[in-house]
Amino acid sequence: MTVTTRPPRVAPTIDAPAAPLPAPAPGELQIGRARGLPLRREGPDKLTGTALYTDDMVFPGAWYGHTVRSTIAHARLLGIDLAPEFDWSKVVVLTAKDVPGENVMSLITDDQPVLVSDEIRHYAEPVALLAAPDRETLREAVKHISLRTEPLPAVFDPLVSQQEFAHFALDKGGDVDAALAAADLVIEGTYRVGHQEQLYIENNAMIAVPRPDGGVTIHGSMQCPYYIHKALKRALGLSGEQAVVIQAETGGGFGGKEEFPSVIATHAGMLALRVGKPVRMIYDRHEDLAATTKRHPAIVTHRTGVMRDGTLVAQDIDVVMDGGAYCTLTPVVLSRGTLHAGGPYSCPNVRIRGRAMATNTPPNGAFRGFGAPQTEFAAEMQVNRIAEALQISPLELRRKWAYQLGDTTPSEQVLRESVAAHEVLERAAEAAEFERIKSQTARQRQERQAGAKSAVLSSPSQKTARGIGLAMAWHGAGFTGSGEVYLASVASLELSASGEIRVLTASTEMGQGTKTIFPQLAAEELGVPIEAVGMAPQDTSIVPDSGPTVASRTAMVVGGLVIKAARRMRAAVEEATGRPFAESYVDYARDHNGLRIDQQFEAYPNVHFDDKTYKGDAYPAYGWAACVAEVDVDLDTGEVTVRNVVSANDIGHVIHPVLAEGQVEGGTLQAVGYATIEEIKLADGRYLNDRLATYIIPTALDAPRIDSILVESPFSGAPHGAKGVGELPMDVPAAAVVAAIHEATGAWIHDLPASPERILAALHGITPPPPPGISTVSERSAKAAPSAADAGTPQVGLDPKPDDRTDPQPMRGPYDG
Amino acid sequence: MSYRFTVNGAEQALDVPGMRRLLDALREDLGLTGTKEGCGEGECGACSVLIDGELANSCLVPLAQVEGAKVVTVEGLASQGGLDRLQQAFLETGGAQCGICTPGMLMAGRAYIAAGGGPDEDAIREAIAGNLCRCTGYTKIIDAIALAAAATPSP
Repeated sequence: MTVTTRPPRVAPTIDAPAAPLPAPAPGELQIGRARGLPLRREGPDKLTGTALYTDDMVFPGAWYGHTVRSTIAHARLLGIDLAPEFDWSKVVVLTAKDVPGENVMSLITDDQPVLVSDEIRHYAEPVALLAAPDRETLREAVKHISLRTEPLPAVFDPLVSQQEFAHFALDKGGDVDAALAAADLVIEGTYRVGHQEQLYIENNAMIAVPRPDGGVTIHGSMQCPYYIHKALKRALGLSGEQAVVIQAETGGGFGGKEEFPSVIATHAGMLALRVGKPVRMIYDRHEDLAATTKRHPAIVTHRTGVMRDGTLVAQDIDVVMDGGAYCTLTPVVLSRGTLHAGGPYSCPNVRIRGRAMATNTPPNGAFRGFGAPQTEFAAEMQVNRIAEALQISPLELRRKWAYQLGDTTPSEQVLRESVAAHEVLERAAEAAEFERIKSQTARQRQERQAGAKSAVLSSPSQKTARGIGLAMAWHGAGFTGSGEVYLASVASLELSASGEIRVLTASTEMGQGTKTIFPQLAAEELGVPIEAVGMAPQDTSIVPDSGPTVASRTAMVVGGLVIKAARRMRAAVEEATGRPFAESYVDYARDHNGLRIDQQFEAYPNVHFDDKTYKGDAYPAYGWAACVAEVDVDLDTGEVTVRNVVSANDIGHVIHPVLAEGQVEGGTLQAVGYATIEEIKLADGRYLNDRLATYIIPTALDAPRIDSILVESPFSGAPHGAKGVGELPMDVPAAAVVAAIHEATGAWIHDLPASPERILAALHGITPPPPPGISTVSERSAKAAPSAADAGTPQVGLDPKPDDRTDPQPMRGPYDG
Repeated sequence: MSYRFTVNGAEQALDVPGMRRLLDALREDLGLTGTKEGCGEGECGACSVLIDGELANSCLVPLAQVEGAKVVTVEGLASQGGLDRLQQAFLETGGAQCGICTPGMLMAGRAYIAAGGGPDEDAIREAIAGNLCRCTGYTKIIDAIALAAAATPSP
């Protein structure tokens, strides 16, 4: 079954009342309600300024914490010097030897320290912690502490690095080399993408409060309370009860608050335990940009074999990701990137190799899409270039290639249900009038090129070129491979003795709508008004571990658990009372002293993935997306204006269209930023544009008009048929924008972002800027520590792990994002 | 010296250094934490307030500059416990997601509507161009401001 939801554009039609901006009359503003949906649960608090984000919370007597960071990419730490003229008795200074438990921050590999003990592996790495009772004293202390270091050779290029975090291999069908040799045409391409910052508008923030039991309570901005809980237990040597983690209102995450908050919480916790008072660790924007995780840079090379009639015969794909200095979640990011690297296309012969390498740059981590936006950008670039080479419409080529029911993926997963690749393709192409506008812009380009030969370009219309581009994507729903089975999440539903119903999960609200859809799902199953269902706070001492809020899994996986719990609760109450739940649950609660249902995840039926062979059902289901972007390119300046984007997304059952569209629109704009303006530049391993004045994201004036089309092709394994929406929209627009730039100008831009510099270089045949994601090396730095390549011994850590290339490599944990 | 100004209609006198940021005075001295800090250098607009009716980044305004001025923050938009038309429009269109840019967006929207702005998409984009949002793609924020602007007569 495929159902399409396409809401009309909002057309304001309200009669003007007399006074300026009074409270609305009842029923006056009806847009949200008109779609029959509950309003955002915590919306009124956010709209009146009463929602408490971490930095809004007041703890009397709290001290202020600070992280002393490295200012070199790779060095031996010789000492931490405290200037004698400062009175150090006024503050607390902590170093690696003060870590109460193990000096380890780990999700997959135990390679990252809480604080550096002897070897600095990246710029802005935490080396020491300071806390002071007031900001002025803290500032003074910071001025008087310095690090003594001895520079070591640094590696910035993942292609040079010898230290591997992970590798994966996918082989499908027969001999890829033979198939390529037999193809009419082999198209090759290398595509590079750099770092991208999540740029949640609320910076990372944690407050640690000492507990009477010797432990610590953390209040903070986060996606995954139980990740922090685990990190605290290990690094601070606490029991599960001594470590309590409570999510404050969280101002955006996008993956950036998946794993890094564990570092900040551990730092704040160490200081709080030592000071004996609450300690605030509130990053400012500069620190947040300089020190926290980014999207992994990647270098993706394709060789694709096709026949003249457009038949796809072979894909040979090589993916290299830059993990930065420590492992973090890199193996899982690489895994998702590798599994998605072929794009949503059926190909008989496939070889995909993925590896993630270490460099002396700050660790990269989770960011919406989690490896897929990188590899799918490359896949879609390749499809659009092949369409050009074959002189076939990119729409027509995708109609030939896109997955259908029954097709087999590179991991040899048979797509048995919920395949809406063609549906989203047709919806997006139709809504955007892709073929009509494409023929129009092609004609304009021909005329312009003809005109350029005969006359000097003068009119503004001749200086601006319009183009339209198309791309597709797929996104595996939920955790990769066996992740969900390992994780065994629990969600609970509670009916108190006094008749209050509440949902208990660790799933966080960071703007995407968890706190609205969980009560909505439970209320629908119980047959009660949504107002009757509350949400327990995301507090590890109260809620069960329903897993991290990542991987677009909240609506699909945890939402599914909430529904199952509600069904069980309803059945139990109705069986006992013989009356409908809504009429009888208050009586039942009183007579039975309440009821609690704990619902644990059970493997989806007929979904099997073998971690050892890296084969099988990599995901229980996939979301499908197609995107059409229209751009204007200023031919004098190379500046790109993305005018319109149509994004069609099959996300399975749509729980709440307003919230789901919000995900599509926000993800689309993040991808437009990725495609056009967002780039971290590095020198000597340091992020150069580590301020909001220099790391630019799209404003309302840069943002295109975004038309979101929701397609519903439900997944039978989830009780409500949802497949998740958070990440899919991020996967698809970048290649559509670059294809549109090509349509406008005739130039292919292979590296992101397609900045004015890269576009002008391509148009005028001049040297393009250096590839994204790679640090330059200054003369001073090269002199201080000869580069690794010069020294002939590329290294990241002093003691790189042996290259254990046991092929294939099993997945090591349930982590995903 | 003591600086006197009004915040949301209430007289305030603060005996703090004149170069103290208005943002800090609001959040820490007056306990009005609805105004947020996103970058501290005037790029993101999360700290937007109205000073004598004009939209300003409170992280860039020293307290000495608001002597005698009327400051309005998100806490001053609606009467206690309620939502004004603009806030209600944000709630109903889905204009607030994570909510951290929302107070600043509301102030930008309020300034736009108070200046007679109507439900015109391009004009609204211009009016909120100094306020960054990473969640919404701006679509539903523009819808919300247009909705409230359409319901408000020009002055």
